[in-house]
Amino acid sequence: MTGLAVENLSYAYGPRKVLKNISFTVEQGAFCALLGPNGAGKSTLYALLTRLFTAPKGRIELAGMDLRQSPLAALAQIGVVFQQPTLDMDLTVEQNLHYFASLQGLVGNSSRNAITGALDVMSIADRRRTRVRDLNGGHRRRTEIARALLHRPQLLLLDEPTVGLDAAARDSLTAHIHGLCHSQNLTVLWATHLVDEVRPEDRLLILHQGKLLRDGIAGDIGGADLAANFLDLTAAPA
Amino acid sequence: MKNEGLPPHIAPISYLVALWAILWREALRFTHQRGRFFAALVRPLIWLLVFAAGFRAALGLSISPPYETYITYETYIVPGLCGMILLFNGMQSSLSLVYDREMGSMRLLLTCPLPRWWLLSCKLLASTVISILQVYVFLACAAIAGVHPPWPGYVMILPALILSGLMLGALGLALSSFIKQLENFAGVMNFVVFPMFFLSSALYPLWKMAESSRLLHHICAANPFTHGVELIRFAFYQQWNPMAFLVTLGFAVLFMALAVWGYDPSQAMIRRKK
Repeated sequence: MTGLAVENLSYAYGPRKVLKNISFTVEQGAFCALLGPNGAGKSTLYALLTRLFTAPKGRIELAGMDLRQSPLAALAQIGVVFQQPTLDMDLTVEQNLHYFASLQGLVGNSSRNAITGALDVMSIADRRRTRVRDLNGGHRRRTEIARALLHRPQLLLLDEPTVGLDAAARDSLTAHIHGLCHSQNLTVLWATHLVDEVRPEDRLLILHQGKLLRDGIAGDIGGADLAANFLDLTAAPA
Repeated sequence: MKNEGLPPHIAPISYLVALWAILWREALRFTHQRGRFFAALVRPLIWLLVFAAGFRAALGLSISPPYETYITYETYIVPGLCGMILLFNGMQSSLSLVYDREMGSMRLLLTCPLPRWWLLSCKLLASTVISILQVYVFLACAAIAGVHPPWPGYVMILPALILSGLMLGALGLALSSFIKQLENFAGVMNFVVFPMFFLSSALYPLWKMAESSRLLHHICAANPFTHGVELIRFAFYQQWNPMAFLVTLGFAVLFMALAVWGYDPSQAMIRRKK
């Protein structure tokens, strides 16, 4: 099954085109990095994938569900971590997760079990009753990801999830999500502008000025030096 | 309503679960923002205990429905101040929605597998419940200060508070969908909240306004906030004001429709043109 399919997707803010006829597919259970400099159109693509906006042109399929035809069924397949923090700082980790579980239709035991499972998966079970304000940046991000995993989505969409984290926390989070991808057959779309978060075996999409410049395996695209190749590719106008 | 392909695990009970969750979160946020609660309480109390005391001598109020006898100015403005709490709270919720949108939690809510109109309705209901709680705390303070309408009125106003609260909350919701940044909110205060409040029957009866300007009287009579306040005023005296009810209901539906339209994903394109 296809984890994510995007076909001929375009989007413009008035006269300014930010996505230009993008097409790609990601297999179920694959880790796909979406690499692009600031302003490449990554956040707009995420807004379209999560139906915050709808595009007049193009087609999106999330875990086999057409987003235009069955928007709610498609949204039920995804877990999202936005670039901006979305946790309520004055609530505990558990209260934040409980709120989101309810919005996903989980109640009673199923909600409690889902929260326990997601906290275990993200290795933050001991922070369950800690107020989010008292967590460090890395744990807040882990909480956001735990929240996104509560309803056992097929597809995890992460928009620059490592923003604001130190190098150790970034490494740890990237490794953790790679592990999840393999252990739970979860499809992951991981947007970033940091080359060192991409592994040679990852699927890689390079987005620049709204155009998809490369689509393939990171090791093949980057060769010996992905960072240098990425800089070369994005230095010139798309 | 378009069939949006409800996923199998989203049973009809999920609608109520989501409503409860949003109510619970708003209540928790409210308890964490005590400053907001006191600000919302102090504002109408200052009007009641300071402003009204000064105006009492200057304003002569003749007998007009629903009043059957002469009343003090303090008694007159109590329904208007209830409306003031609903109005300011509706705008406060709108402000927090714009903040939520910038911060991301509104995005998160809108990506849930429930229809957007329902999620917005839950937000609206939650903010209305919080507003009504504040109104009753204000009324208790006013009663302690010796200003109280007839006691049965405290129960009778509840439906009127709900409808007026929904109308003003829906207005806030609609405005929040069209405001791009928090900075634009000062404009809302100047061009929506203050004109709505002062060009209404909250502080002075419409016939009094007509004595000074026919034009202002017409504007006040057309103001939906006037009708929300009159609905509350009549309910206090266990009277039914059909015109106020219909206008308040009509505007509540209109504002909610505008909010749903403003938050429609295909409209986002129009809103975010740069």
